[in-house]
Order: sequence, then C-alpha cells, then structure tokens
Amino acid sequence: MAYSDKVVDHYQHPRNVGSMNQSAPDVGTGIVGAPECGDVMKLQIQVDDDNRIIDAKFKTFGCGSAIASSSLATEWVKGRTLDQALQIRNTEIVKELALPPVKIHCSVLAEDAVRAAIADVKKKRERAEADKETVSTK
Amino acid sequence: MRAVYLDNNATTPVEPRVLEAMLPYYREHFGNAASRNHRYGWIAEEAVDKAREQVAKVIGASSKEIIWTSGATEGNNTAILGVARMYAEKGKHMVTCKIEHKAVIDPCKFLETQGYEVTWLDPDQTGCVSVDQVRDAIREDTILVSLMFANNEIGTIHPIPEIGSLCKEKGVLFHTDATQAFGKIPIDVEAMGIDLLTMSAHKIYGPKGAGAVYVRRRKPRVRLQPIIYGGGHERGIRSGTLNVPGVVGCGAAAEIALQEMPTESVRIARLRDRLWAGLNEQLSDITMNGHPEHRLPNTLNVSFLYIEGESLMMGISDIAVSSGSACTSASLEPSYVLKGLGLGEDLAHSSIRFSLGRFTTQEDIDYTIDQVVEAVNHLREMSPLYEMAQAGVDPSTAEWQRH
Repeated sequence: MAYSDKVVDHYQHPRNVGSMNQSAPDVGTGIVGAPECGDVMKLQIQVDDDNRIIDAKFKTFGCGSAIASSSLATEWVKGRTLDQALQIRNTEIVKELALPPVKIHCSVLAEDAVRAAIADVKKKRERAEADKETVSTK
Repeated sequence: MRAVYLDNNATTPVEPRVLEAMLPYYREHFGNAASRNHRYGWIAEEAVDKAREQVAKVIGASSKEIIWTSGATEGNNTAILGVARMYAEKGKHMVTCKIEHKAVIDPCKFLETQGYEVTWLDPDQTGCVSVDQVRDAIREDTILVSLMFANNEIGTIHPIPEIGSLCKEKGVLFHTDATQAFGKIPIDVEAMGIDLLTMSAHKIYGPKGAGAVYVRRRKPRVRLQPIIYGGGHERGIRSGTLNVPGVVGCGAAAEIALQEMPTESVRIARLRDRLWAGLNEQLSDITMNGHPEHRLPNTLNVSFLYIEGESLMMGISDIAVSSGSACTSASLEPSYVLKGLGLGEDLAHSSIRFSLGRFTTQEDIDYTIDQVVEAVNHLREMSPLYEMAQAGVDPSTAEWQRH
C-alpha cells in the first residue's frame, strides 16, 4: 500500500508542529488517543476575542497518516471561528489525504482532537465568565 | 538515494548460484521425479536425491529423513497435525509457546477444537522458554513438544539441546520450527534430540514454495499421518508431484549456507552489532528486544521510544525493514510476539526489526544508521510523548482517553 503524495508531503513537511502554553486562557488543548493504541494526538488552538482561531499547533505520536491528518487539521482550523471549526468532518480529511479504509481512524482521531481543543477553550471561557459574574455580584 | 534490504527474515533473494542450479530442471530436465521407467524421470529423481543429501547434511540427518514440502507453513502443519493424528491413542496433549510462528499456533489452535489440549508456555522477557517450564508442562498424555529454534521477530534462540534431551527422557516427541535458524547457526538433530524439524528454502537464498520437514527414522521412528493424500510420494507423508526445480534450489541453497556459515555468521553478527552500536551512540531512549546473546546473528529488534514504527518506516522509505506496529499488520494489532514478552504494547508499536543477510554490506549499515537517526529525530520533534518525557512526565503512567 503506497502513501498518497499529500500524506508524504505532510509527513516530510508537517505544518504547525509545536506546543502552546496549555494554561493560557486563550489556548485550547485536545489530547486524544493512547500510547498502547499506537496513536496520541495533541492539538492546540489559540482563539481571539471574536472566537476566531488565530493559531494552531500539533504534536502526534502515530503512523504517517495520523501525522498527516493532524497536520492538515491545524491548517484547516486556522482562521475559522470555533463554530466553523466544529464543522470539519473526518470524511473531508479522508478525501483530502486519500486515506485508505484502514487509516480512517486516523482522520477520526484528528476530528476528535479539534473538538477536544475547542471544548477545552470554551470551558476555560465559561469558567472565566462565571468568575467575572461572581466578582461583580459581590 | 539507494535501496537497502534489511528484511531477510521475511524472505531473501534467490542466490545466483542457486538459480543456475535450478534452471536445467525447468528446461531440458523437466521430468517427473516419480516417473520410474524413463531417463527424464531418473534425472529428476537423481537431482531430488542429491538435494535431500544437501539438506540433510546441514542438520546432521540422513537423506531418508527429509520430506519435501511447499515451505515452512506446510512443514509445521505436516509435523504437528501428523503427530496429533497418529498418536491420538497415546494422548492428546501438546506443549508449545505463545510466541511461535502462526504456522505453529494456528494448527495447535485447530487441534484444540478437535479435542486436544495445548499448554501455551509464556516466554520470559527475552523471548525464551526454559527447560523447567517445559518439564512442568509435560504430562502422562503429552505426545508432542513444539518449540521454535529461533524466533523470527526477535531472533532469540531456545535452549534446544536441553529441551531435546528432556523430551527423550520423558518419551515425548520434539518438533522444532527451524525456519529462521536453518543454515544460519549449527544444528545437529542427533546431538540436540530433535525428532521433527521444519525448514524453508526462501529464507536461505532459495526459491519460494519449497522446503522440507525432517522426520526421524530411528530411535524413535516417528510416524506421521499425512495431511495431503494422493499418489503416496515422500513415503506417503506428502503426496504430490515434486517441485523439482524448487527442490534442487532448496538443496543448493542449503549446501551454500552450510559452507558459508562459519564466515558469514561472524561477518553478519559484526554488522548487526555495528548497527546497534551506531544507533545506541546517537539516540537516547532505545531498547533492544530479544536475548542479548542467545540470538540469531542477523537479527536486531529495536524499540524507539516515543515514536510509532510505521511512521519510522515511512521516514526511511528506501530501507526495507519490518515493524511490530499495529499499523503495519492487517489485523491492526501490534506484534503478539513483542506483546508476549510482557514489555507493554507501546514498545511493540515503536519496534523495528532489522534482519541482515548475505548481501548486506557495511555501507548499507552505515547508511541505515544515518537514515534512522535522522528519521527518529524528525519524529521525536513532533511526538507529544517525547515532549512529556523531556518534561519529566512518564507517558506510561499518564491518563489517556482511549479509543
């Protein structure tokens, strides 16, 4: 089974490899998978006050298709609002990277990582709002 | 860019001298070795007998004890199912090990569905089963012990002579799958107490689709019920017209392997050790799988912590190796051999097997070291596990959201 050119390109030149400060209020972090399953993806987004993703980073332990899926996901989320980023479907990743059926789980993991990162930053914001309200009612 | 082949435990190229020996038996000497009444048959039979001698000599057997097969899978099935059916009245218990090749595991599993009992021994962390484990497993109704000579994934060599003499003492037949060991390290069926032995031609620079099983004829005389019925070829154990060119190639390959073993095993072991030393010098967090000493001279299995095996193979795409990673197997399960060592599944996912061969050069090894080091560094740069480890967090104790 040969890899598609796009998978090879993302593997050789992964976009947005890196890490952000996990505790920053405008950063959302999604970590999905487990080492004994052979895949771990960490995807992070930085979100501005208008809920727009201004930067994204990833680190992935996994096969070439998992690396390519997460690399592509960081490219796609950049510039989108959180709601727009939630629209990203694993099937689009499969199509873009021409993943074979046996590698579909890699794209699912990437979609999950995006969702987990969005959920994380939303939770942080809700908590911040709640804290603000508590302060104002005092 | 160059191509380096380090997957010789999977298969080997046909040695030019072997191919030369085979060609006449496709062309002018195309006779059926079972044709007893004309020259074409006699020439084929003579070639088959010569090959029998050549294979027998590698393991200190008599040529009459060699039965031709299509390869190791058939050889293992012939031995295991053959003993099970022939000796069913004596007992229905067998002893084997969890990290045998599938060609041993699957016939044993089949026998379990047919009223036989199998004891599956756990190897230690180096892949070795001890004589004491085998002794404890043998019962009154045990008819066969089947243990591989050397493991295909990690190269660990079992204490075969000790297990052989234990089996003699207990009156139990002893089969060994010697597919990876045959022609690479010394084997003597007499001194080692082996009753049945499987070999394959394509692992020793012979053709695919040819192999043999050794079946002891004296002390004791081993009898097998055939799994293939037909014209009664090969003492009735394996009916079917012989693959004469394949058999000739198998014999020629065996002869060359035996001749070159003293020099080749030293040369190849030196290259293998050079590979390990080079990797170990330039990379942190790598572990060798298998036994450090009792190991095939050509096999090196390494886990590169914090990176996944298939992605590493992708990074060294002009070097042919294999991986215990789930992503490289059809079943999406990581190597059952490495899992069977009890080292944790993450080590299996991160493993690469380098198996060297007759055509491996020092340049190949030095190139491989450079390429692997570069790919491992590239992948660790983007590994969240490596990042955690660098920050002092042990990924194996962290909490994960499993899929």
